[in-house]
Amino acid sequence: MTDFPQIFGGHWPGVLAATVAIMGFITVNALMLIWLERKVSARIQRRYGPTEVGPFGLLQTLMDVVKLIGKELVTPDHVHRPLYLIAPVLVFAPLLALLSLIPIDEGWIFHDYDIALVLLLAFSSLNIIGIFAAGWGSNNKYALLGAVRAVAQNISYEIPLLLAVIPIVIMTRSLSLHEIASAQAAYPFILVQPLAAIIYFIAGTAETNRAPFDIPEAESELVAGFHTEYSGMRFGVFFLAEFTHMVIICSVATILFLGGWHGPLLPGWLWFFLKVYGLILVMMWFRWTFPRLRFDQLMSFAWMILVPLALVNLLVTTVVLKL
Amino acid sequence: MAETMELVPDATDPKTYYLNMGPQHPSTHGVLRIRLHLEGERILGADPIIGYGHRAHEKMAENRDYLQFLPNSSRVDYLSGMIYNLAYCQAIEHAIELDVPERAEVIRIICGELNRISSHLLWLGTFVLDLGGFTPFLYGFDDREKILDILDSITGSRLTYCYGRFGGVTMDVDDEFLRRTSDFCDYFKRRLGEFDELVTDNVIYQQRTKDVGVISSDLIQDYALSGPVLRAAGVAHDVRKTEPYGGYDRFDFDVPVGQRGGDCFDRHTVRMEEMRQSLRIIDQALACLPDGPIMAAKVPKRIRPPAGDHYFAVESARGHFGMFITSDGTDIPVRHKLRTPSFVNVSTMPVVLPGTMLADTVAILGSIDIVVPEIDR
Repeated sequence: MTDFPQIFGGHWPGVLAATVAIMGFITVNALMLIWLERKVSARIQRRYGPTEVGPFGLLQTLMDVVKLIGKELVTPDHVHRPLYLIAPVLVFAPLLALLSLIPIDEGWIFHDYDIALVLLLAFSSLNIIGIFAAGWGSNNKYALLGAVRAVAQNISYEIPLLLAVIPIVIMTRSLSLHEIASAQAAYPFILVQPLAAIIYFIAGTAETNRAPFDIPEAESELVAGFHTEYSGMRFGVFFLAEFTHMVIICSVATILFLGGWHGPLLPGWLWFFLKVYGLILVMMWFRWTFPRLRFDQLMSFAWMILVPLALVNLLVTTVVLKL
Repeated sequence: MAETMELVPDATDPKTYYLNMGPQHPSTHGVLRIRLHLEGERILGADPIIGYGHRAHEKMAENRDYLQFLPNSSRVDYLSGMIYNLAYCQAIEHAIELDVPERAEVIRIICGELNRISSHLLWLGTFVLDLGGFTPFLYGFDDREKILDILDSITGSRLTYCYGRFGGVTMDVDDEFLRRTSDFCDYFKRRLGEFDELVTDNVIYQQRTKDVGVISSDLIQDYALSGPVLRAAGVAHDVRKTEPYGGYDRFDFDVPVGQRGGDCFDRHTVRMEEMRQSLRIIDQALACLPDGPIMAAKVPKRIRPPAGDHYFAVESARGHFGMFITSDGTDIPVRHKLRTPSFVNVSTMPVVLPGTMLADTVAILGSIDIVVPEIDR
């Protein structure tokens, strides 16, 4: 197994290629997901969604991105410039690193770290710093309220998320995502850990700040929450980050609970993406069906329901494994 | 200037701050501004600041004759324009003691109730939108579109109708209209069940609305609230029942009341039930639509109500809508006061909002169903 410095020093063309590949994947994936989101919401709401640009409106988001890039980057006078400017980067950069940890198929991984799961959870909580920087740096009351909510929500939901992951680690005795996925050749862990899977998915949805947990950007209360003052491609980066975060949460769910690339007939990578996008569709379904929770209800849901349930689940898992 | 002084933020307390909600805000349903005094997310004080949509309707009424004001009437509340338009006609007919043919009365009731359903549908959609649910909004607009199409076919307009005339209505309804209306009634009865499944039974929706923004019957008496807000508090008051006008006494319908003491969920259930009752009224009206003229035989060329005060009230989609007309016997009113329910309902906000969360503000504001131009007139 190669170690960290070796990768960056020794095989830098490979690193560069992988980074470019990941960036390309993120961009294309976000474009397609935004298109999919618009189509799914349209179907749920008995509309057509985008139809004009390209077949089935597939190129609509591409055109939107062109528009966003073409827009002037407005920096309001009253913002704290360094924080305001660095916030979109802080939100987006950790997610970029995360994608390199995801095994797509048997052996299809940028680098198989022993502690991939820890890295992943650590990095995925980093982007909250960017969100808070955006809210604080914007010097806008709505943005600040959104940022405060986002911090409280992300910290609260990190705990059930972690507690839901631990039983899997105990079962497989590994923190490597590749090994965890390999261990599910016979059956996916959702069959033995259904509660953990549900808790993980709920907490994961909350981590991505998507409806019904979208209170940090609650449009009807906080206008646009932490990204109220952002426009043009800076706003686009926040958007890109949200959709990338969705992919990561769903990828991890697929690896931990749905058996990763394991599946009959079809090739492994196809199974992996089918599962990931299936979960993403469920997240979209949530968003277009449920109203938004209130801030205090959201917090009490995490602390009063999810955390105790996850703890009980952890306890039962350890006891059963010990027996 | 004393009032302006009160509006200066209290800068001495570092823990609290002021938040301007509106006049440009997604959830104030127009150009309403609410100045919120907040501690974290908790509301300490709320002042609705109105007047951004003021169009001087009352003043306009004072410098033109009665007929010339007719098109203004539906612009007062653009969401239930038909009810307001017909109410103005009925107020003048009441003042000059003009009888309306029975067919015109029944047509007015059908159109008024259709308009009430469309107004409630828009309320339902925007209310759930305020709570973060996007889909019911489009479902509501979809069904509302059907009503607009039906009304469009006889009035020629879709939002600000000018269908009533002193003594009747402008156009007679045809079989096509009756068929489409009864089709819509059958369809919408099923649809209401779907709305119940999608919205009323949703756990998150119930959490967001139950025991939130209780407007009790005591408060209602102090502020003279009306409409669904009043009925949600458990008072079975409906102008259509208590002071029947325009032939409503011929129809059989119930006045729904809230069971939970007047919270947001009560206001929701009351409006949902009102839509069902409106369907009942339309069904009966379609069955008993008499033949005959749609305009009174003798309508005076110049409308000159006898000198003195005239008051006429109807139940609009938002509550008790009253018109107080002071006439000096000429064809131009001396004073035309519009008593609009949204104005009264929004005036309780300084009492109801404190103590709730920021997210409840949009829920409560949405649940009382305000139309901002109707507040400002």
